[in-house]
Amino acid sequence: MSVLIFIEVANGHVKNSSLEVISYGVKIAEKLNTTAHGIILGTVTDDLTALGKYGVTAIHHFSSESLNHFDDQTYSKTIAALMDKTESKVLVLSNNIAGKAIAPRLSARLKAGLVSGVIEIPDVNNGFVVKKAVFSGKAFAHISIKTEIKIVTLNPNAYQVVVKEGTAEIIQHEVPAMNSAVKIIAVNKLSGEVSLTEAKIVVSAGRGLKGPENWGLVEDLAKVLHAATACSRPVADANWRPHNEHVGQTGTTIAPTLYIAIGISGAIQHLAGINRSKVIVVINKDPEAPFFKAADYGIIGDAFEILPKLTQAFQQLKSN
Amino acid sequence: MKILVCISKSPDTTAKIAFTDNNTKFDTQGVQWIINPYDEWYALVRAIELKEKDPATVIHLITVGETDSDPIIRKALALGGDEAIRINATSGDSYYTAAQIASIAKEGHYDLIFTGKETIDFNGSSIGGMVAELLQVPYLSLATKFEIKSTTCTITREIEGGEEICEVDLPLVVSCQKGIAEARIPNMRGIMAARSKPLKVAEPIAVTTLTHIDRFELPPQKSGVKLIPVDNPEELVRLLREEAKVI
Ligand SMILES: Cc1cc2nc3c(=O)[nH]c(=O)nc-3n(C[C@H](O)[C@H](O)[C@H](O)COP(=O)(O)OP(=O)(O)OC[C@H]3O[C@@H](n4cnc5c(N)ncnc54)[C@H](O)[C@@H]3O)c2cc1C
Ligand SMILES: Nc1ncnc2c1ncn2[C@@H]1O[C@H](COP(=O)(O)O)[C@@H](O)[C@H]1O
Repeated sequence: MSVLIFIEVANGHVKNSSLEVISYGVKIAEKLNTTAHGIILGTVTDDLTALGKYGVTAIHHFSSESLNHFDDQTYSKTIAALMDKTESKVLVLSNNIAGKAIAPRLSARLKAGLVSGVIEIPDVNNGFVVKKAVFSGKAFAHISIKTEIKIVTLNPNAYQVVVKEGTAEIIQHEVPAMNSAVKIIAVNKLSGEVSLTEAKIVVSAGRGLKGPENWGLVEDLAKVLHAATACSRPVADANWRPHNEHVGQTGTTIAPTLYIAIGISGAIQHLAGINRSKVIVVINKDPEAPFFKAADYGIIGDAFEILPKLTQAFQQLKSN
Repeated sequence: MKILVCISKSPDTTAKIAFTDNNTKFDTQGVQWIINPYDEWYALVRAIELKEKDPATVIHLITVGETDSDPIIRKALALGGDEAIRINATSGDSYYTAAQIASIAKEGHYDLIFTGKETIDFNGSSIGGMVAELLQVPYLSLATKFEIKSTTCTITREIEGGEEICEVDLPLVVSCQKGIAEARIPNMRGIMAARSKPLKVAEPIAVTTLTHIDRFELPPQKSGVKLIPVDNPEELVRLLREEAKVI
């Protein structure tokens, strides 16, 4: 009986976002007085033994180029087989695109209760109870998983990475031949940009920016902060910005540690997508803008005036 | 082609969120119910568009819910679709709901199952993947484009930091999000016609739920916004670093 952690790799490197899941899974293992193992699918150039310093004692590595591309059916079959073999009773994944595709499959396959988007360490004193945000961040639910095998997906930015000591044992596994039903025709990467759902800091702007030609100001700020950029719905609808930047009830839901909203009124449908941000900064020229009610810090004023100064102030901090 | 569109009801986003019975039940008093936006705007509308292109397409809608789901499924029928099925049960948890949908899907031999990307109340993003596993068919999540030629679908979907275009044969499950369909509103004719469209009520199959909601909790009130003078952005930077500790 151990905790199994699904660790993702991109271009041969362990993804930074996976370190959060590792720390989270290791903590659960501690609470259950057991060990935490990781599973990695695909080829890797990193030294995997080093993952031991986050507390995993072993890494199960299925090293094959055929697994370098994510496929929910082959991935979930491989994970299920390993869980069976190692008698893992808890599986931890990121609540990201991959996690959202494979966790439900594994839940149905193993008849294992799944709670997606958890934000805290489970309470294991009375069963196994996990907390997650519901109603688009307007409330939390405490959900107990009743089955012997438990699956949770952890929200990005919800758990701090903890560095310890140790090295992990690497266990190589044979990769069974499996055909994917899905044929990939093309992959379009947004090069160099920070992924919106995984970003720690998001800089977002709305109709107050007046037009797409002014987004340079937003991008400059995002750049000094290594932040992802986002926007309100009307901005995406008007094609000022790409659709994948649209956050809110009908767009992407995010939970960064810092969300900076510029020239966005703060309509409830917008807030639904960003409510779970840890700290919210609002810049708006209208002191009555509803967004100020949801904000931690605010500046009342003209974005065109404030943005260059703010970018400079952050720049100063970085260069110190 | 036979399409099954999964429709859920959710409280209007502006609804006040409160709980009763010792914080174990959602307080539905005064709550306006809507079709879950992802189901309506993306899954259902794309299915309707496919039927417009190929009139031989049959669209069935399914919802797992009690009689209070009838207005929602009727509204969905008014937007489009040939008939609706309501599984007469409280949707216990994601697995319970998925198992009901999979059972109907198996019996009805659907080629294509559309779900929304997630429900806006429980934010599970799980039901599509579970249905796909129960049916042993591919699951294409977070689709932003969907085209079909004979039995081969070309789908664009979101992946981490980009998108991917792929081909996959029917049958399959697709979760739909923004981009996949044009937005539209029902016309009066549709609303009248919906009255005569069949709404079948089916009894649930026996399924044990895997999870249970013990209680709800409201987040602590924000302590209020701290305003920073417009001519002092350095102060904001300092607060973010020293007080909030986020940079
Ligand atoms: C069913 C439904 C779903 C929806 N889903 C979403 C969603 O997912 N996401 C979303 O964002 N919206 C969504 N909306 C729309 C939402 O209700 C709002 O209309 C939208 O968020 C407003 O966008 P905005 O704040 O950019 O624009 P506006 O409401 O026009 O606000 C612009 C703001 O900019 C400020 N401003 C103007 N000039 C300046 C300046 N020079 N400097 C500083 N501030 C300035 C103004 O004071 C104002 O507050 C949805 C609506 C519905 C009905
Ligand atoms: N009670 C339900 N009846 C029918 N379909 C549902 C129900 N609940 C959720 N769905 C479908 O499953 C999708 C994902 O829901 P969820 O996994 O709960 O986020 C929704 O967008 C709907 O298409």
